[in-house]
Amino acid sequence: MNAVSAPITRHWHLDARYVPLLITIALFFTMAIAGSIFFDGFFAPQVFLNLLIDNAFLCVVAVGMTFVILTGGIDLSVGSIIALTTMISASLVQQHHISPFITIPLVLLVGSLFGLMHGFLIQRFRLQPFIVTLAGMFLARGLSYLISTESISIDNSVYRFFAETRIPLGSASLSISAVIALAVVLIGMWLAHATQFGRTVYAIGGDEASAHLMGLPVNQTLIGVYVLSGFCSALAGVIMTFYMLSGYSLHAVGLELDAIAAVVIGGTLLRGGIGYVAGTFFGVLILGIIQTLIVFDGTLSSWWTRIVVGILLLSFCLLQQFLEARRATR
Amino acid sequence: MSAPVECVLKAREISREFPGVRALDNVQLTLCAGEVHALMGQNGAGKSTLIKVLTGACPPTSGTIELDGQFIQPHSPLDAQRHGISTVYQEVNLCPNLSVAENIFAGRYPYHPWFKGGGIDWQALNQRAHEVLEKLNLHIDVARQLSSYPVAIQQMIAIARATNISARVLILDEPTSSLDDHEVKQLFAVIERLRTQGIAILFVTHFLDQVYEISDRITVLRNGLFVGEYLTSELDRNGLVAAMVGREFIMNNKSDAVHANSNTNACVLEAKQLTRKGQIHPIDLEIKQGEVLGVVGLLGSGRTELARLLFGLDSADGGSVHVDGKLLSLDSPHDAIAHGLALCPEERKTEGIIAELSVRENIVLALQARNGLLPRIAFKEQKELATKFVALLGIKTANIETPIGQLSGGNQQKVLLGRWLATHPRLLILDEPTRGIDVAAKHELTTAIMALAREGMAVLFISAELDEVLLESDRILVMRDRRKAGELPGGCDEQAVYALIAGQA
Amino acid sequence: MNNNEHKSLFQRIGSHPLLSPIATLLLLIIISSVVNPSFLRITWFDGHFSGSLIDVLNRAAPLMLVSTGMMLVIAARGLDISVGAVVAITAAVAALITDGTYGATHSGLSTLFIAVAGALITATLCGLWNGLLVVKTGMQPIIATLILMVAGRGIAQLITGGQIITIYYAPYFYIGNGFLFGLPFALIIALLTAIGLYVLLTRTALGLFIRAIGLNPVAAHVAGVRSRMITLSLYMFCGFTAGLAGLVISSNVKSADGNNAGQLMELDAILAVTLGGTALTGGRFTVVGTMIGALIIQTLTSMIYSSGLPPQVNLAVKAVLVFVVMLLQSNEFRNSMRAVLFKSGTST
Repeated sequence: MNAVSAPITRHWHLDARYVPLLITIALFFTMAIAGSIFFDGFFAPQVFLNLLIDNAFLCVVAVGMTFVILTGGIDLSVGSIIALTTMISASLVQQHHISPFITIPLVLLVGSLFGLMHGFLIQRFRLQPFIVTLAGMFLARGLSYLISTESISIDNSVYRFFAETRIPLGSASLSISAVIALAVVLIGMWLAHATQFGRTVYAIGGDEASAHLMGLPVNQTLIGVYVLSGFCSALAGVIMTFYMLSGYSLHAVGLELDAIAAVVIGGTLLRGGIGYVAGTFFGVLILGIIQTLIVFDGTLSSWWTRIVVGILLLSFCLLQQFLEARRATR
Repeated sequence: MSAPVECVLKAREISREFPGVRALDNVQLTLCAGEVHALMGQNGAGKSTLIKVLTGACPPTSGTIELDGQFIQPHSPLDAQRHGISTVYQEVNLCPNLSVAENIFAGRYPYHPWFKGGGIDWQALNQRAHEVLEKLNLHIDVARQLSSYPVAIQQMIAIARATNISARVLILDEPTSSLDDHEVKQLFAVIERLRTQGIAILFVTHFLDQVYEISDRITVLRNGLFVGEYLTSELDRNGLVAAMVGREFIMNNKSDAVHANSNTNACVLEAKQLTRKGQIHPIDLEIKQGEVLGVVGLLGSGRTELARLLFGLDSADGGSVHVDGKLLSLDSPHDAIAHGLALCPEERKTEGIIAELSVRENIVLALQARNGLLPRIAFKEQKELATKFVALLGIKTANIETPIGQLSGGNQQKVLLGRWLATHPRLLILDEPTRGIDVAAKHELTTAIMALAREGMAVLFISAELDEVLLESDRILVMRDRRKAGELPGGCDEQAVYALIAGQA
Repeated sequence: MNNNEHKSLFQRIGSHPLLSPIATLLLLIIISSVVNPSFLRITWFDGHFSGSLIDVLNRAAPLMLVSTGMMLVIAARGLDISVGAVVAITAAVAALITDGTYGATHSGLSTLFIAVAGALITATLCGLWNGLLVVKTGMQPIIATLILMVAGRGIAQLITGGQIITIYYAPYFYIGNGFLFGLPFALIIALLTAIGLYVLLTRTALGLFIRAIGLNPVAAHVAGVRSRMITLSLYMFCGFTAGLAGLVISSNVKSADGNNAGQLMELDAILAVTLGGTALTGGRFTVVGTMIGALIIQTLTSMIYSSGLPPQVNLAVKAVLVFVVMLLQSNEFRNSMRAVLFKSGTST
């Protein structure tokens, strides 16, 4: 019998799918070390915890976006759904005096329904995710303007509690929102790694037709990722309401770009199939640390953030292109 | 193999019609447990349609499928799988981004109990995958990404997945086309094991050697018809090639070709040591003015690859091509056209026609592309050109503004021919121009082509139908295993061609 | 002999691709004139036409410009979502040059030409960058242009120093506020661009090539169409038209705002292109339709402005429009609708 002599030994090897993730993590630590060397007071626990506190909503949105992009789709509506969530929350709590404990589940439901609508249109009618969620973006933003074009401040005690409570961690502290964001990341990792839903997401991104043939629930999962993204956007909206203590239609303009950037910088392939929620987490931290570095520098203006993010996007896209081309020639 | 064999799958009187074409006509197939059954046939013989019927991808118009004594009507590949009919395709139907183990067990994950956190038990999954592959004598790291393994291993993994879902019938669709000799041996070892396990295996290939190496029985299809079922031990190679290539109808006027063996015309095209890694071994080629050079060989012998290389659709790794003494750049169809080449590609629908454009626009496209943006061919001139070719080639269309997608296959092919004739090419490359066209239209088309060909240009005529080539060519180039197997004069004995194709010269 | 000759005039109009855009526009105009009776009134004032309709045309000009470029890119199976950022960059460059910081004097028209040329060259280079990323690296168009979309606004702010630069150079105002032959100059730029493009598409083989590339890129390549070259030029043209729009916008508001100039322009342009009847899948496009699409969006905006609703409601209305248009373009949707209608038709 002719035995197959493929590599049996478990030599240490680097799967191509880990390369972008490792680069991302290395990049984050390089930036952190560079910051600590160049700026006094940078290397402090609170500085790093603030990355999480200030970017909690971005983190939550980006986790949802990761699942969408893993299937090869995209969700442009996330920023608008955040704005809509803050508006509904502020309007219900502040103007109609409805309990936050009813309001918050309600807005989470609204976000999920938006996602359901996107997912249904994309899966059932084979519409392009880009254009469907674009329309969803217009719609959510327009609806929040319909509620009010003015900003509505919130002074509800429950919201204030969530906004102001700090959980001490040694000399530093975390906000409740940051803890929620961390929980979302962990749940996201579990979902992606250890459930049929998560594995189907990867399989769809790898080869949708094959995933079908394998008997995986492709259609339900395709809709599911958009529901998840809608839910995450609404949750991020809730966090943003805590953070800003206001509802405003112009909250989170352009956040979808930041979320996509975080996912791509986190090493997720835009064609789908390869990427990690943990990578997205580091992608968010990198976006945060760029801003922190610019603040610490003091001479650089805020728009450098966008330029640096653009350059990072370009580098990671080129890296992806390069890795794919290499795979193709093998 | 003297023990009485148990019949697993019986397909009877299978027919399948597509609009305008009868892809399968009363075909039968019987698969037995513990046997490797080879399905043979040329392009368009109906092999892939038969597989689609068996796997439920395309239900038959009429006929029955019986599996283990029960009639089944699979309505999707997944459904067929559930019945026990699994298929492994040439392009592996797995997810390249997932691990080997996951690919084998996707959809049937083992789970942790909830007190251990729930979720997929990766350790158990990897362990099971390891065991499954061990059974096939395949010792690889199952945690690695599928795409990090060569296609051969991927195929065996696909087989492992298929057989692990308790397959009764395993269909291997051209599994060896992209494997090297060593990999083929590995695959055959796996097939041997499955055979001893009593699985019925349908093996589709175009490599004769492999058929004789592994199969027990052969079914041959031709033009959607059942030619016969043979025991491999009782059918020799020439017999097999004859059954596959066959002769459809005997021509009375066997030679309206000039067969100008003593063609002293100038060389139109001269290729030297033209090669592309994995597609064509270095090849030399000469075509003279007014000559029809036929190219024959089985699928995968390098016929189509040669055409694509000459035309610059795939860029060559080495060698040179001169047209009328001028060097081609070899990586741009635009340049090839500028030098007077023309190619009717094999894949008419995806590479030839632009379905939504009108007959007129399809005809002027190549000529206009050669001219560039300016001068634009005037509308009146476009109409004249289109009308001329519609009349000349006998294209049946409502009018010249009809979208080409609405025409029948044969007429689409004629429009494409018109497109290239409009550029007055020096060399016209025709890759299977008659594929997917019904028999009557075939003859009409080849006659039209050749009549035009003899007006000074050269033709490279690639076809799976030997009688067509024998009839029309001045010279015949036989390809085998991606190289030139030999050259024969036009009008030669078909047995000589069979021998060269089969590699028994 | 043409297919259409067999049909009646009524059928020919009914099946014309421009029917629904024109009908939509007319409907909007009628509603507008009901809401605002003076909507259709055009007067001659101060040496030029004036009135709500002229105003709509003037304001629609930048969108018309961007949409023509976007239409071509979409027709060749691409997409350019960086046009808004390019508008901001061009406005910034033009403002900077007229500012005099770089040695340009305010006297004479030479500054105007330098500013216009500098801005347009920058915009075309932005298009070249997008095109190169798409053609050379094989990136998906939406991703390739996403990079400039993200970085572009940063670059624009870098040029303006994060400030809104006010433009004081009077000749520059003519581009966005002037009148020629009694019509807004911006409109004339947009019309000339559209007419020029139309001539280019019909008098050269460009139209045929773009359709071939959009419908079947592989077959177009086999037929010898130089698809890469053409695709690259289309992205450059798209950058160029975004540049023209940037000039018009910055001249109109007499300032350059790196952060907000051309905000959401890419989405409006895609919407205008789709409304006009261009297929998002490529190959089918119409210049006239795109111009009408842009006008629909602007009329809608003006209508909501004058109706007293908050102007931002516009977004929700546009969203509904996008949903309707894309569902109508989806084969799956049409098939299932047909199935539903057929079923109910047979059961009754």
